[in-house]
Amino acid sequence: MSTMALAATIFLTVSCKNGNKEEAAAPMSNEMHQESMDDKDDMVMSDNEDAKAAAILNDYFNLKDALVNDDNGKAKELGNTMAQSLKAFDASNYSDNEKSELNDIIEDATEHAEHISESDIKHQREHFKVLSKDITDMVAITGTATKLYEQYCPMYDGGTAWLSKEENVLNPYYGSSMLRCGKVQREIN
Amino acid sequence: MKFLKIIAWVALIALIVIQFFPVDKNESYTTLETDFMMVNKVPLDIENQLKVSCYDCHSNNTAYPWYSKIQPAAWFLENHIKEGKAELNFNEWSNYSDRRKRSKLRSIIKQVESGEMPMNSYIIIHQNAKLDTMAKSKLVKYIQRLKDDL
Repeated sequence: MSTMALAATIFLTVSCKNGNKEEAAAPMSNEMHQESMDDKDDMVMSDNEDAKAAAILNDYFNLKDALVNDDNGKAKELGNTMAQSLKAFDASNYSDNEKSELNDIIEDATEHAEHISESDIKHQREHFKVLSKDITDMVAITGTATKLYEQYCPMYDGGTAWLSKEENVLNPYYGSSMLRCGKVQREIN
Repeated sequence: MKFLKIIAWVALIALIVIQFFPVDKNESYTTLETDFMMVNKVPLDIENQLKVSCYDCHSNNTAYPWYSKIQPAAWFLENHIKEGKAELNFNEWSNYSDRRKRSKLRSIIKQVESGEMPMNSYIIIHQNAKLDTMAKSKLVKYIQRLKDDL
């Protein structure tokens, strides 16, 4: 009898651990952040639109820097931050075509940012590749106030691009193991 | 020792009590028009493979094993299925934008190639869900073609 009960105890302990894990994996509440983003709605709409796209870009560059530095933990945090900025994006000021394109981009990018917030660095980089494509497509519609450089590394996953604010190449897909791999393939104004 | 005995009894009682907690079952018997198999021309062997290896957690219908009736296994499964469907639901395929389809297909290829999917905990029980080298390359080839055509 006591062995059976002991088995039950172990069984329960294991399931509890699982429960905790699920909880930890659940996305964090973003109410606070949402509120502060809503405050910005009081501003002039067109400025607001640019500001939101700029906020996404800013998060993207911070995330890129974390990957350049091989910093898995920081990239997790920033993935989460970027997911919040993406969710706060509002495409309503754009034309119907642009709107649907932007919504598709944001939806896809949010998913990748969320994955980055809970993955190891190898997976973070895989998701960062598609995220970079999404953000490049977003910028093609929203435009950018600062000059951007599209950089390209022929070695990572059959050739992969990313965006940077600096002309100087620092590779987010390899980090310290091949920091300088890549070249500028396009300038975006 | 007495203390341990009390703990064991409490655990046993808890185990019995949780058997009465209900679980939302993932079951549906209609095939949606948005289903992956309806919108793509899927060869029969690939269709079978996907249904056996993926659909239990990535569609609206799970073929439940016997232990799904026992807690806490039922909760464990419920969570996996919920997460699996949030990630990818083959029944909802045509509702995804092309951009997301490409993302999903890309993830399928990566995870099948690396052996992350189907999950080991799933394969232990469902031996036929396991993808051998041959099945893997066949599936990846098909998914890759689908992705290139998008």
